[in-house]
Amino acid sequence: MIEGILIGLKTALSFQNLLMVMIGCFAGTIIGMLPGLGPMTAIALMIPITYGFDPATGLILMAGVYYGAVFGGSTSSILINAPGVPGTVATSFDGYPMAQQGKAGKALAIAAYSSFAGGTIAAIFLLIAAPSLSKVSLSFRSPDYFGLMILGLTAVAAFSSKGNFLKAMMMCVFGLMLATVGQDTLSDIPRFTFNTMNLSDGISFVLVVMATFAMSEALTIVIKGNDPAKAAKQISMTELGSIKLNKEETKKMFKTIPRSSVLGFIIGVLPGAGATIASFLAYGMERNFVSNEEKEKFGKGSVQGLCAPETANNAACSGAFVPLLTLGIPGSGTTAVMLGALLGFGIQPGPRLYETNPEIFWSVIMSMYIGMVVLLILNLPLIPYIARILAVPRTFLIPMILFFSVTGIYLMSFNNFDIFLMIGIAVIATILRLYDFPMPPLILSFVLGGLMEENLRRSLLISDGSWSFLWNRPLTLSIMLIIIFIVSWQLFKSLKALKNA
Amino acid sequence: MKINSVKIISLLFFVLSAFYLYTAYQIQVFSFDEDSPFNAKTFPIYLGYTGMFFAGLKIVLPDPNPIEVSPKNLEFKKTILLVLTMCVYGATILKVGFFLSTSLFLVFAYYFLGERRWKYILVFSFPFVAIFMYLLHGLLAVYLRDPLLKYIGIMG
Repeated sequence: MIEGILIGLKTALSFQNLLMVMIGCFAGTIIGMLPGLGPMTAIALMIPITYGFDPATGLILMAGVYYGAVFGGSTSSILINAPGVPGTVATSFDGYPMAQQGKAGKALAIAAYSSFAGGTIAAIFLLIAAPSLSKVSLSFRSPDYFGLMILGLTAVAAFSSKGNFLKAMMMCVFGLMLATVGQDTLSDIPRFTFNTMNLSDGISFVLVVMATFAMSEALTIVIKGNDPAKAAKQISMTELGSIKLNKEETKKMFKTIPRSSVLGFIIGVLPGAGATIASFLAYGMERNFVSNEEKEKFGKGSVQGLCAPETANNAACSGAFVPLLTLGIPGSGTTAVMLGALLGFGIQPGPRLYETNPEIFWSVIMSMYIGMVVLLILNLPLIPYIARILAVPRTFLIPMILFFSVTGIYLMSFNNFDIFLMIGIAVIATILRLYDFPMPPLILSFVLGGLMEENLRRSLLISDGSWSFLWNRPLTLSIMLIIIFIVSWQLFKSLKALKNA
Repeated sequence: MKINSVKIISLLFFVLSAFYLYTAYQIQVFSFDEDSPFNAKTFPIYLGYTGMFFAGLKIVLPDPNPIEVSPKNLEFKKTILLVLTMCVYGATILKVGFFLSTSLFLVFAYYFLGERRWKYILVFSFPFVAIFMYLLHGLLAVYLRDPLLKYIGIMG
């Protein structure tokens, strides 16, 4: 492990990679800060740029963007009560009241220190857990992988859909359908190409991510008539107050950070759960841990109420890398985008990544620490200036996002067809968004589609066409039982809601 | 059963799944692969049925919390204009070239979204695209097709 850490440090501390972490954190903070635009949009916009880099550098840049975007999301939650990402909704419960009391600087500092601590502690857990889990997962076979992928999709559908399980499952199927367009990988037989050469290579992953996130988020802002800049004008960016914390506040944070980090990491590892659930659970858990007097302050500007969700959501971000790096199966929409980018680099994440590409495996983990430090020492003092981005009117913001999306696809294919296809998918995604159809399950299933088919093919061929592979091995059977439990639980919840209505 | 927009979308998804399933059955596989436990159409066929199953459930089951979006609150005109501008941009980017098509796209997009300060519109279109092109083409050596600038002699 020590050797791996040194390899990772050597790669992560090269001048180019350090620069990428800084640029990533900075760009991520700016994009994540804009309400409506989350880490997935930030990463999606970066993908065309990363294709010119070597895989380690590209992934380091995207990891930096990821952390920066989560940090940026808390800034808009605290300053204008408009969470940039769902994972920072709980941050606004106490962060915004603090800002209203003239303690915006302090709230931002608590968020930054908590993010740093949560991310760093979780990165240590990742350092220990990932190699061990990699070794265990080497014994996994095709049926187990197939089961794990279905479990990932079901869990994301169950947790990301806020009671709309059927909508999320429809999105999963839609993503898988899009993934089957193009030539079959084994036989080269064209499928769903409608005799068009433009579709024979399938639909590009970047195109789908750009269309369903960057473009459709921008179009949703336009069609709903939201203007984030209007809210930003209500606060004076220069009057954020001091960012220094007193002894009592620091002491409170010291108690909250360890428990929220552990909780956040565990939730992050679970497929589908992610930063949003981690932050809400940490908020609820912290409320039970504090004294009755402190409990009264929750929702009115409590230090612990702000510290807990911020710590947990960053710890969950690191935790989400565990299934991606060890099993090659992303547990969230954001890590699905990263998986797609890795596949674009020709790298298959999974248990063998640890042996075949140790520099990538370790440098990503090491760059997480560096990213945390960058966020703390670079972004925190610059927040009053970076926060001005919130005041950029949408009349300039939206065309810029659309321009970067179209240019990203244009630079990859130099093909009009891809641009039209992207616009078409973006329009459909915008309509679906208006009616609360979640997009992360679509992306996750689109990325996993090829791998799922491959593992199903192997499993069915080995078992001579029998579906008994689903219950022949104890591990596969356990995974299938969990899936049955999640589906039954979701259907039971839907029927109960109907009865109550 | 009460019909709402989500049910209409689900119905459309049901039709899409049915069409997908029909197309999946039409996939031509090699004759030696026809009776194989898994061939090029196996996975799509399962997908088609799964899509129809979930869409069917959504249509049949009543919706406890129906979402209704009032068209009055939506800015259709701006959105449609923006999408059309993007389509024109996509159609012209190869023929007219990156510089002019992108700059004009930005000008129209700013204008359609309500920006009227021409000083800013012009600064954040033509010069902005020129700097972007210089960074990409000049510094990062990323190829950018621009027949117009090539014709004028600015780009090689």
